[in-house]
Amino acid sequence: MSTPTIEVSNVSKSFGGVVANKMVSMKVEPGKITGLIGPNGSGKTTLFNSIVGYHPIDEGSIKFQGKEISKLRVQQIARLGMLRTFQQTRIYSKMNCVENILISVPHRTATFSDMFRKYPAELTDKAEHLLEFVGLYQKRHLISGDLSFGQQKLLEFAMALMNEPTVLLLDEPTAGINPTLINGLIDRLKRANEEFGITLFVIEHNMRVIMNLAEHMYCLAHGEMLANGTPDEIQNDQRVIDAYLGAH
Amino acid sequence: MIKEKYLHAGLLVFGVLAPFLFPNYTVQISLLWIMILFALTWDTLGGQMGYNSLGNIVFFGVGMYISAIVQIGVVYDVALYTSPDGAALTGNFAPAQYYTGLALGILAAAVGCVILAVLFSQVFFGLRGPYFAIGTLGLALAAGELVGAWDYVGGGGGIALPVFPSDPKSQGIFFYYLCLVSALATYVFLRWLYNTRFGLAINAIRDDEEKAEAMGIHTKRHKTAAWCTSAFFLGISGALFGNMTGFIEPLEVAFPTITFGIFMVAMALLGGKGTLWGPILGAIVFHLIKEVTWTYLLGWQWIALGTLIIINVVYFQQGILGWARDKWPDLFGLTVDEAMSSGSEKRGSS
Amino acid sequence: MWDNIMVLAAAPVFNVQLILDGLFIGAIFALAGYGLALVWGVMNVKNLAQGELVIMGGYFAYVMTQLGLHPLLALIPAFAIMFGFGWLVYKIIISKVIERDLFTSLLATFGLALVIQQGLNLAFGPEVQTAQSGMEIRSIFGGNVTVADIRVLSLILCAILAGLVVLFMKHSRMGQAIRATSQDPRAARVMGIDTEKVYAFTFALNAAICGAAGVLISMIWVIQPFYGVPHSIRAFVVVTAAGLGNLPGVIIAALGLGVAEQYSGFVLGAEFQQATVVMLLIFVLMWRQFQMSKNRQVVQ
Repeated sequence: MSTPTIEVSNVSKSFGGVVANKMVSMKVEPGKITGLIGPNGSGKTTLFNSIVGYHPIDEGSIKFQGKEISKLRVQQIARLGMLRTFQQTRIYSKMNCVENILISVPHRTATFSDMFRKYPAELTDKAEHLLEFVGLYQKRHLISGDLSFGQQKLLEFAMALMNEPTVLLLDEPTAGINPTLINGLIDRLKRANEEFGITLFVIEHNMRVIMNLAEHMYCLAHGEMLANGTPDEIQNDQRVIDAYLGAH
Repeated sequence: MIKEKYLHAGLLVFGVLAPFLFPNYTVQISLLWIMILFALTWDTLGGQMGYNSLGNIVFFGVGMYISAIVQIGVVYDVALYTSPDGAALTGNFAPAQYYTGLALGILAAAVGCVILAVLFSQVFFGLRGPYFAIGTLGLALAAGELVGAWDYVGGGGGIALPVFPSDPKSQGIFFYYLCLVSALATYVFLRWLYNTRFGLAINAIRDDEEKAEAMGIHTKRHKTAAWCTSAFFLGISGALFGNMTGFIEPLEVAFPTITFGIFMVAMALLGGKGTLWGPILGAIVFHLIKEVTWTYLLGWQWIALGTLIIINVVYFQQGILGWARDKWPDLFGLTVDEAMSSGSEKRGSS
Repeated sequence: MWDNIMVLAAAPVFNVQLILDGLFIGAIFALAGYGLALVWGVMNVKNLAQGELVIMGGYFAYVMTQLGLHPLLALIPAFAIMFGFGWLVYKIIISKVIERDLFTSLLATFGLALVIQQGLNLAFGPEVQTAQSGMEIRSIFGGNVTVADIRVLSLILCAILAGLVVLFMKHSRMGQAIRATSQDPRAARVMGIDTEKVYAFTFALNAAICGAAGVLISMIWVIQPFYGVPHSIRAFVVVTAAGLGNLPGVIIAALGLGVAEQYSGFVLGAEFQQATVVMLLIFVLMWRQFQMSKNRQVVQ
């Protein structure tokens, strides 16, 4: 089998006395959509943050395409091609939509003098194309902070696509989105995976969404990896059901 | 959109002709150009990048001192010159010596300030928000105190700079044009800079630095470069101002934190920070009000200044241009693209 | 500089003098620092006019001596009037910037600082003043170390004032409301606390504490309209070093700052005393930054 895109082995992380992740191991296979579920407080976001380098981990190893990244900083990891979106959507709120997308071009090969270049027309076209992909083309000249929450989420997604990441980590992409728009979003996520070839790793609370989306799933509970398998296996796993219902 | 070329032409014509139209106000108008430079360079960090520095004045003072040392150093031993015995030397500069020294001095001031900005960036950009503001305020205050205690550059007593090798009127005009050129150069450079990727990147840092990091933007590099840009032009302005004044000392002239240092911020905020024309507008309005009313306020001018800052910050934070943008968004291109509602399919097929 | 260090080594008794003086002054810094931490913690406003409030308080004592009264009598009016002044400042300025970004409050209070400085300058002139208490100065260690009674008294008053404030915060209704608001303003509002009033009270209390600190400063040291800035910087040094909501930390940092200033004034010369305060600020910020960067965080 090929090298996993992300390989987490025995990662532990605690904050003060609270153990958020305990000896967690998991893999994200290239080209696939992998899901991560777990009850509130089970350490999903902590694991995400550990992977993208937001905080140092206590022990264990995190590899990206076979390269150890647990000692790298957020920006370095992002430039390797691993990107994350935020649970609380984050965009550049005083810039317009096109600018938001343009500034998200990949920075991994940026040299010093690239800072002072202008954007070629192809990039502007590409930015507008992506805005069209997420359905924000008409609003492209508006200040992004004035968009609705759902639209900002879509914009953030388009920004991530502009960055051409190898793998995209999505932290609850459907949280706070109008249920009628969720199907459209799932469709776009799948298309991003198929058409752009981006590996996805998704935290999601909405079971319907994640069952539809993921090909392989992991379930965290109390900071420990509880189960993994296909959506069907997870759905029928008694431990997962217990964890969600609070039985021990 | 407001036609920028008319503004450009108007300002340029005014700039070139001003010393002949208003010969009695050459100094004040020179200062206006320096104020515009101040506001523009402050806005690079404060408005465009969201790093509100209260200590940018440090580059003004450092530039002034570097230039002074170089100008003196090309002819005399600086320590001797600044000692009590050196007082007689101030007029002893031949024109060739003077101009060479000045050119080298301005260059050294600009380069020296850039180097210093690189060093400061290593230290200060780990501080965000109010900590950055307070840290840089400390920097400016510390610089004044430290230079004041450094006898080599004359300590608290200051230095008299080489005397201009001609009459005061020519000196006024000579430095007027240097101020004009440096302000215009600042404007042209920043105008270009904000239209490159750099402009968007520092805007991104302003809006959400953590997001910018998560997207892989080289934030440190951009921040350093932005501060270097400010430092470069501020260093030049310091060199010019020192020579216009003729006598420099640390607290009132070189590192005037609560006058020029705070004017920069006030002017940029007044005009509207984060825009190119806002700081310029703010500088003109501020300088005009200040020059006209200052002498009539009879000691109350500082209270008026403080009040102006408070009112500006508390009640009119968006500044003149920001206010205009809120009132007439169409003029600034903030529109929904209605025309494309049917065109989007066409684009999709193309 | 080396000579001065040799003096300290040869005559250790001078150290006692420096440390004592540092502690006496530092205790007053702790008051202003605590006030800043209070305002910072409760309403997230970084008050750059902190030092000016202190100096304002100092002029109450000066006015008392001009009236032929003992400067200590100024404590009560300084506390009361500064409380009112703080309330007014809150209503006019702070309440408008409290929800904005932090630079706004910083700059607004900076503007306020300018106004107060210049107002004091117009009212009292730029001369350096001190409020003579007329109390005795004692010598200990065979005359090598002098201790002014007023300094001891000021230390005691500092302790009493700090104790009263702490008791107030712990046991009074308003104190509890302030602490609740600092933890979660929205929850406090939902629970029926008038947070607007809490904020106003907090800022007023801070001004009053500063006013009292100023009275003490003017008796054991000097005041001048433009001496507020170093006091503001000191307050920031103390709070940044100690962190918010850490009263023992504030006291230790303030005393340490007082002693450090005395030493640098003695070793490097009096002209470096201000520079020391500012350098300490930068040093403390650097140190915090180093600590945070270990967790890949920034100081914000």
